[in-house]
Amino acid sequence: MDEVVITLGGVVKPGTARKNKTGSWKVFKPVVDHEKCILCMRCVNYCPEPCISVVDEKIEMDYDYCKGCGICGDVCPVDAIEMVYETKG
Amino acid sequence: MIMRKVVEGSIAVAHAVKTIKPDVIAAYPITPQTHIVEKISEYIANGELNAEYVRADSEFSAISILVGASATGARTFTSTSSQGLALMHEVLFNAAGMRLPIVISVANRALSAPLNIWNDQQDSISQRDSGWIQFYAEDIQEAHDLLAIAYRVSEDIEVRLPSMVCMDGFILTHAYEPVELFEESEIRDFLPDYNPEVYLTTENPLTFGALATPEYYTEFRYVQTRAMERAEKKIAESLKEFNEHFQRGETDLLPVHGPEDGDVLVVSSGSLVSTVKEVAEKLGNDGFGVKVGKMLCFRPFPADAMRKIADGVDKVIVFEKDVSPGSEGAIFSEVKGALYHSENRPEAYGFAVGLGGRDVPERVLEKLIMECIRGERKEGFHFGDVRPVREAIL
Repeated sequence: MDEVVITLGGVVKPGTARKNKTGSWKVFKPVVDHEKCILCMRCVNYCPEPCISVVDEKIEMDYDYCKGCGICGDVCPVDAIEMVYETKG
Repeated sequence: MIMRKVVEGSIAVAHAVKTIKPDVIAAYPITPQTHIVEKISEYIANGELNAEYVRADSEFSAISILVGASATGARTFTSTSSQGLALMHEVLFNAAGMRLPIVISVANRALSAPLNIWNDQQDSISQRDSGWIQFYAEDIQEAHDLLAIAYRVSEDIEVRLPSMVCMDGFILTHAYEPVELFEESEIRDFLPDYNPEVYLTTENPLTFGALATPEYYTEFRYVQTRAMERAEKKIAESLKEFNEHFQRGETDLLPVHGPEDGDVLVVSSGSLVSTVKEVAEKLGNDGFGVKVGKMLCFRPFPADAMRKIADGVDKVIVFEKDVSPGSEGAIFSEVKGALYHSENRPEAYGFAVGLGGRDVPERVLEKLIMECIRGERKEGFHFGDVRPVREAIL
């Protein structure tokens, strides 16, 4: 069996949560319709995981960490975010 | 008529609670227990259950609310896990000391740190001395059924101690199994209404949990201990009556599975018992006489029954999901403690397995049992499934 390294008290350096891609937990994936999107930024502000940003004047989702909670879709005033069932493997 | 449905473990528990009709339910969410109180809140919102549902600001408050409610003569319920049960610790002793028959379900989960939401039984085992009766369910049906038995035993005037019905988090709370669900009419016959002799009202104020000086305190703990001894008999009676009433469930305080003349006894609790039974059966086919003792209740600890089922065996092996650093597993200690007073003292092996949700497959148990049978393991306590570890500073 592989040896496991256990640090005293489980202390680790900051930022290690990045290594844990919690996006794998999601069942439904938010997909943006950029035609409908009015860039109101509500989803950006409401996302509990800070997974939504604006890149080149377009909403971008970070699916590595999005857990698929669907809050972005709920708060979108123009129904531009659809929660799509994600199939895996 | 039997209502048999495929349901999630938490929903089966919530259904049992609905038919038992508590007057007051206090709730605070914690994984993996949350579905239980969520479903109960739904029953109340739908008008399927008429009860006072109090959303508490912590588990400490939730159990404290039940202490107050139970003192007024109400039947009470809550559910928790892990840190939630740990936060209740102080109040658990109060509930038992005030002899209030509160019943809670515990979805067993590991304790922090490190943070872990998965199953082991460290949370409830750590509440060993609180004066609460502790049941451990093997499957979802039993988690559902034991609630009725818990209320019946707790509310019995000979007992009047609180109970926790423990079920393995996720393994049972989030699994789906066919369950024979209680009908309200059939539960009424088995579990009478709770009508305590003494209860708190605004017209008749009473003090609960008043000061007891050194001249009295010992005697209070003594009567609690005696009530636990009576609880042992009441649990055994209730199991038999439950079985007669519903035609299902265990009929013994410490059920044994496998060959009566087996020379190895394996003791375990909760859902692990099912896996151990499978392994014991397989080893039986290979010519090894392995019987399984199911620790249905940890408090009261069935010491007499333990001596009886261990009579004539060469080896006792305990698998448990808890450990006391600096000592060993609590169940192992207690099994050995019981067997010290037996004429035949078998070799004793204890293993911590399934900590923090580590899977316990049959092959792991089979390997450990065979190592004990072949004499490849030293007597005493071990971590059953631990990887090689290097300790570092950072």
